[in-house]
Amino acid sequence: MEKRVRFRSTWLPWALLAPQLVIIGVFFFWPAAQALLQSVQIQDAFGATREFVGLENFRNLFADETYVGSFKTTAVFSILVAAFGISIALMLAVFADRVLRGATIYKTLLVWPYAVAPAVAGVLWLFMFAPSIGIIPYLLRSIGYEWNHLLNGDQAMGLIVMAAVWKQISYNFLFFLAGLQGIPKSLIEAAAIDGAGPWRRFWTIVFPLLSPVTFFLLVINIVYAFFETFAIIDASTQGGPGKDTAILVYKVYYDGFKGLDLGSSAAQSVVLMVIVIALTVVQFRYVEKKVQY
Amino acid sequence: MVERRPALTVLTHLVLIIGVLIVAFPVYVTLVASTHTAQAIVQAPMPMIPGDQMLQNYAAVLVGSDAGAGSAAPVGRMMFVSLVSALTIALGKIAISLLSAFAIVYFRFPFRNFFFWAIFVTLMLPVEVRIGPTYEVVANLGMLNSYAGLTIPLIASATATFLFRQFFLTVPDELAEAARIDGAGPLRFFWDVLLPLSRTSIAALFVIQFIYGWNQYLWPLLVTTQEDMYPVVMGIKRMIAGGDAANDWNLIMATAILAMLPPAIVVLVMQRWFVKGLVETEK
Repeated sequence: MEKRVRFRSTWLPWALLAPQLVIIGVFFFWPAAQALLQSVQIQDAFGATREFVGLENFRNLFADETYVGSFKTTAVFSILVAAFGISIALMLAVFADRVLRGATIYKTLLVWPYAVAPAVAGVLWLFMFAPSIGIIPYLLRSIGYEWNHLLNGDQAMGLIVMAAVWKQISYNFLFFLAGLQGIPKSLIEAAAIDGAGPWRRFWTIVFPLLSPVTFFLLVINIVYAFFETFAIIDASTQGGPGKDTAILVYKVYYDGFKGLDLGSSAAQSVVLMVIVIALTVVQFRYVEKKVQY
Repeated sequence: MVERRPALTVLTHLVLIIGVLIVAFPVYVTLVASTHTAQAIVQAPMPMIPGDQMLQNYAAVLVGSDAGAGSAAPVGRMMFVSLVSALTIALGKIAISLLSAFAIVYFRFPFRNFFFWAIFVTLMLPVEVRIGPTYEVVANLGMLNSYAGLTIPLIASATATFLFRQFFLTVPDELAEAARIDGAGPLRFFWDVLLPLSRTSIAALFVIQFIYGWNQYLWPLLVTTQEDMYPVVMGIKRMIAGGDAANDWNLIMATAILAMLPPAIVVLVMQRWFVKGLVETEK
């Protein structure tokens, strides 16, 4: 779409664009180009010498078991976060959509976790599940289940999944609620007249009509699990025990800033870049066309 | 509702109430923990009813205390750093996005589309995929441990530019025409016509971007090394140092409550714009 009426000036548009362009040039494109460059170089930790090594960093990366392991960890983590986050939010939204009185109160009480910082969410859940003092391990112990996420990798994974899902539910909930409110009531009523009960109506009418929203949220939740949960992990498990909860983004940070392995960290950045680009393309190719509000 | 089913209505409220309780439980535990002494909390099970140490705990964290294993920097200062950063990021993003969208929609100039796509592509370059080199740039510019370092690299915004562009395209051409006939220049038109029309979009974006700015974690972790430049979200992590029982959990939880308060208030007070902003920025 284009505007018919325009203003004429040779310098003004450049001046208006300048702040944004300077920032994306200096802090986005230049560093991204540097990451690409460093990913094909080997540099000592002091930055004194650089040597072009081609794809060696990438070969080392994929030969490294901990990196491949981190891929698996990330996959498990994002599938769990997306699956739980979406299904719980869908259930709450479907019920909230049914409520006639008090709907806004429920909505208000369910949306606020969006405002909680991921790092704070991590600290909250860490405190509740702290093995020796937390309230939940205490309750679990009384029914004979020993919780110690400092030793048990599966429990550590469970902890970060719960914290990540808790924080993301409100977001998914709002989108499902908007989607549900967009479904014409006449369709539901027609089905009810034909004798379909609520369960049947949900699976044959509501759920298929919500599928664009669900797919959109699937992509968004995977992006969230990949990139925005760093703070949750750093605040709660710090990738441990061992490397059991070290997702890709955590590993980039750890190798680059704690391990000072710049070539490997840059190569990991490039791999992540490819993943973001792929996810963004999927989001725009398939979502833009189908999602309607 | 299509039909009356009392059993289903009861189930509906039951599920929603359970949902609300589960969602609220972690914060309730935090709130309770922030009102007890450190000793009371480390005795499993910790009390589930608020204690009487609330004022002491909050006063202690706001000015800083020496007890405990982790960092004991004053949280009052951290809240101030967070507030300045979040406001700068939110308002900065809105300002530069408004200007870029105005240039892209209302002017014709070489490389216009190229610039639009360049801004758009930054969506695919989150901090996480370029952390090392971005850190180097900021360090070389001498922006470590400064508000400039905490905010400027985060101010570019593809989503905001996109949103304002979409909105400007829906503004009737007649308005610009009328402004031109009346002798108003582009900046006058922008200030007196476009800006007032964009109020709702600006409010919606402000909510989303304020929360984004306040909740930043990875970036401050890289660019701040001095306690007096820690935002509260990051400072809270620094307070956890020892094992389970070695931390002053009452103070950490008081800090958590303080760190949650400002964005939660913004969401609750501006709920209408928040929902609008959330749905629109993702479109």
